[in-house]
Amino acid sequence: MTRRSGWAALAPTVLWLLALVAAPLVLMLAYSFAAHIAPDSPLPQGFTLEHYARLADPIYLRIFVRSILQAGLATFLCLLLGYPLAYYIARSPLQRRGRLLLLVIIPFWTNFLVRTYALMALLRAQGVINSILMAAKMIDEPLPLLYNEASVQVGLVYTLLPLLILPLYANLEKLDQRLLNAAQDLGASPFATFWNVTWPLSRPGVLVGCMMVFISAFGMYLVPDLMGGARSVMVGNLIQNQFLQARNWPFGAAVALVLAAVALVVALLVQRAGRLDGGEVQR
Amino acid sequence: MRGRRNWLGAYAALVFGFLYLPVFILVVLSFNSSRTSAIWKGFTLDWYVRLLHNRLLWEAVQNSLIIATATAVIATTLGTAAALALHRRQVRGRLWVEGLLYLPLVLPDIVLGVGALVLFTALGIQLGLGTMLAAHVGTSISYVVLVLRARLSDMDERLEEAARDLGATPWQTIRHVTLPLLAPGILAAVLLSFTLSLDDFILSFFTAGPGSTTLPLRVYGMMKTGLTPEVNALSTVMLLVTAVATTLFQRLTQNRIF
Amino acid sequence: MHKRVGLAAATVLLAALALSGCSSGSTSMASDLPRPERDPGVDMSRLSGELNVFTWTEYLPQSVITEFEQLYGVRVNYDTYSSNEEMHAKLKAGASGYDIIIPEIYMVKVLQREGLLEQIDHANVPNLKNIDSRFRGLEHDPNNDYSVPYVWGTTGIVVNKEKIDPDQIKSWDDLWNPEFAGKLVVPDDAREMVGIALRTMGYGLNTTDPEALEAAKEKLKALKPNVKAFNSDSPKDLLLGGEVWGGVVWSGEAALVMRESDEFEWIIPPEGVTIWIDHVAIPKDAPHKYTAEVFINFLLDPLVSARISAAYPYGNPNKAAEPYISAEDLANKAINPPAEWLEKAESLDDLGDEMNQIYDKIWTEVKG
Repeated sequence: MTRRSGWAALAPTVLWLLALVAAPLVLMLAYSFAAHIAPDSPLPQGFTLEHYARLADPIYLRIFVRSILQAGLATFLCLLLGYPLAYYIARSPLQRRGRLLLLVIIPFWTNFLVRTYALMALLRAQGVINSILMAAKMIDEPLPLLYNEASVQVGLVYTLLPLLILPLYANLEKLDQRLLNAAQDLGASPFATFWNVTWPLSRPGVLVGCMMVFISAFGMYLVPDLMGGARSVMVGNLIQNQFLQARNWPFGAAVALVLAAVALVVALLVQRAGRLDGGEVQR
Repeated sequence: MRGRRNWLGAYAALVFGFLYLPVFILVVLSFNSSRTSAIWKGFTLDWYVRLLHNRLLWEAVQNSLIIATATAVIATTLGTAAALALHRRQVRGRLWVEGLLYLPLVLPDIVLGVGALVLFTALGIQLGLGTMLAAHVGTSISYVVLVLRARLSDMDERLEEAARDLGATPWQTIRHVTLPLLAPGILAAVLLSFTLSLDDFILSFFTAGPGSTTLPLRVYGMMKTGLTPEVNALSTVMLLVTAVATTLFQRLTQNRIF
Repeated sequence: MHKRVGLAAATVLLAALALSGCSSGSTSMASDLPRPERDPGVDMSRLSGELNVFTWTEYLPQSVITEFEQLYGVRVNYDTYSSNEEMHAKLKAGASGYDIIIPEIYMVKVLQREGLLEQIDHANVPNLKNIDSRFRGLEHDPNNDYSVPYVWGTTGIVVNKEKIDPDQIKSWDDLWNPEFAGKLVVPDDAREMVGIALRTMGYGLNTTDPEALEAAKEKLKALKPNVKAFNSDSPKDLLLGGEVWGGVVWSGEAALVMRESDEFEWIIPPEGVTIWIDHVAIPKDAPHKYTAEVFINFLLDPLVSARISAAYPYGNPNKAAEPYISAEDLANKAINPPAEWLEKAESLDDLGDEMNQIYDKIWTEVKG
């Protein structure tokens, strides 16, 4: 195939991406520097740095920090919960692996609203857990299992766990059993084997998985809103608010771009650390 | 060794339990004749019947299916072409293209959603099914390319070489060797982009116009107006559809993507 | 100036209520109501195939929509929003495609100011005559050229009598009682909640004094531990589900709760309350204007209006609908509060874009 026909095949894709991913980002950049928007035309005008400067306000910094911490915690919990499961599946006999993986993918592909709703049905004051406990007379008042920080974490982990398990599994599956056998033959304890052989080799998968979970959690606001009673403002809330309530598009664009920048930085760091090339990034 | 495996097995069971318990409860509750309480009051199919009569819901399903199908077809076509073009060929500006393809994979949904809103507003395009489709395709192509490139790199290149040695033109090679070998991957990509579009919320939220509500948006609306068991029934149905689609996807990719 | 406007609206309503409490009403339920008939004055050939309605989440019952669809062969698309601001934002983004919106008076003023409303042709809305005279000639739109009253209500306090003794709530300040930690639900609405905080400190609802707003912000932060959830869409779920013991809710939500359970009581403290009248309006460049006007006329039909009230029990400004509203509803204090409760009622006023930004920042800080 000549270079030209190669480009012919690529052109539609590139054009579409330029139009719907690159152009919006550029437009948002323009908005984020806009001094004002004319009332009749929605196009940005003027130039100012005040919207970015506004982000330095402690109110907004706090929101970013809280979002990062929340996302970080969720990532850590997903890793804690998900690693052993990914390992178990990767080390299972070939036949069972398929079925086990299916069990992980199904929730992953189910609409997250449905899954969050399911969690709420479990945790509400009149939900299943409380109803059972009350009926068994173990408690007098329903337990506040919903609408707090803990329930937000539960919601996030519940939604994002498969996102960590899948790339991690892909990595662990490729682990050469012979390396592990060699370590054991040389007298290493199971823990030493894990720490010195398995863990380092699984690092690329861990990094990709954590990156995906972190970036998703960082921008997520619906699950925290539903599970947390909308008691906190996350970066996602802030963006949605600026666009759909406060109608401050320049500021909203600035926040969105900072969010995008953080996501890209995280991705780049992971790329560098895992030394993966673009074509083989595993999701 | 067996001992550790048993522990791991037990642990795995627990995590699976965590993943499936809420979903299982939802399914059970969808047959529960009680409206609000979680206590079992008797079996009923009422909620499913009410679902059948919910016209707004069916419209949303229709919209979702239209957009998802169109997205799958367009994204897969464009993505397959792109994957083939990038595969082992000299492409000028490859790095830029790869970077562009990478963006939708790492940028949070809300950035893409808000970006689309800004784009359509600035261009004066009214929000509706068209804008939603454009946005969905824009983000799906990257996933299609991902799936196909993994599949392509697994493919035995000697088959293509053999075809060329036997005198086939590049186009003939693609038509008669590459594409057939790629078929499962293409189908998997179709499924993936279809499901991603069907499930999408944030992107749709920002690009929807009147009369173009999709299923997730309608579910969200239903959730906001108060918890009714109809949502349970709806969720169960969606779960079933997902389970079927997922199983199909797995058969086609044989777990080589995930 | 703004304060006077607010008081004027409140006085109108006050007068309305003082006199409306006298009617007897029927005991019929919505399902007993006769179905409305097709209006012969409607030119069916001018009707479009679709109508795009954009309104609050729990505001327009499906049965009413279906009835309109069946009578006139129009397909109604129904989208929802959770606040006036959200609706405004969607409209401002341009060419939204919506035909019907239901803004509150202050938002009608904003939309008017920005030229975002169509003029309503009264010839197509003869049922306008059904609106109680006390809701006509209002200062924001004396001739109802751009807006038609839909429902009205207040934002008050509802409590579960079993958990919170209603006598404990004698003032808005009582919401801050530490006993209620994590037991309240309040709307996710900056203007309403800041308004309440301002009220406890003796300021008016539409204050723009920065010091007052700063104090209100700190006061709201102090309330936060008592708030289990912020919910403007369906707080009744949290109340009926036992998640919270009470809270600040729209009057219609409270009425719904009170219908389902005797355990709840509606309270409006004497310091005052926010009162609002929502109007139906047609956005500029609405694609199906004639159909929209027919729809508005339909909503004003007494039978339809009564059905709306039966489903979502807010105050109903439609005099002709009164005979069809149940006595129970007319006696419900959330729907028809006693006149003395509304003596100090205030309406929200449009404070301008800059103030809105300030309110937004306050709310972000309170919730953040």
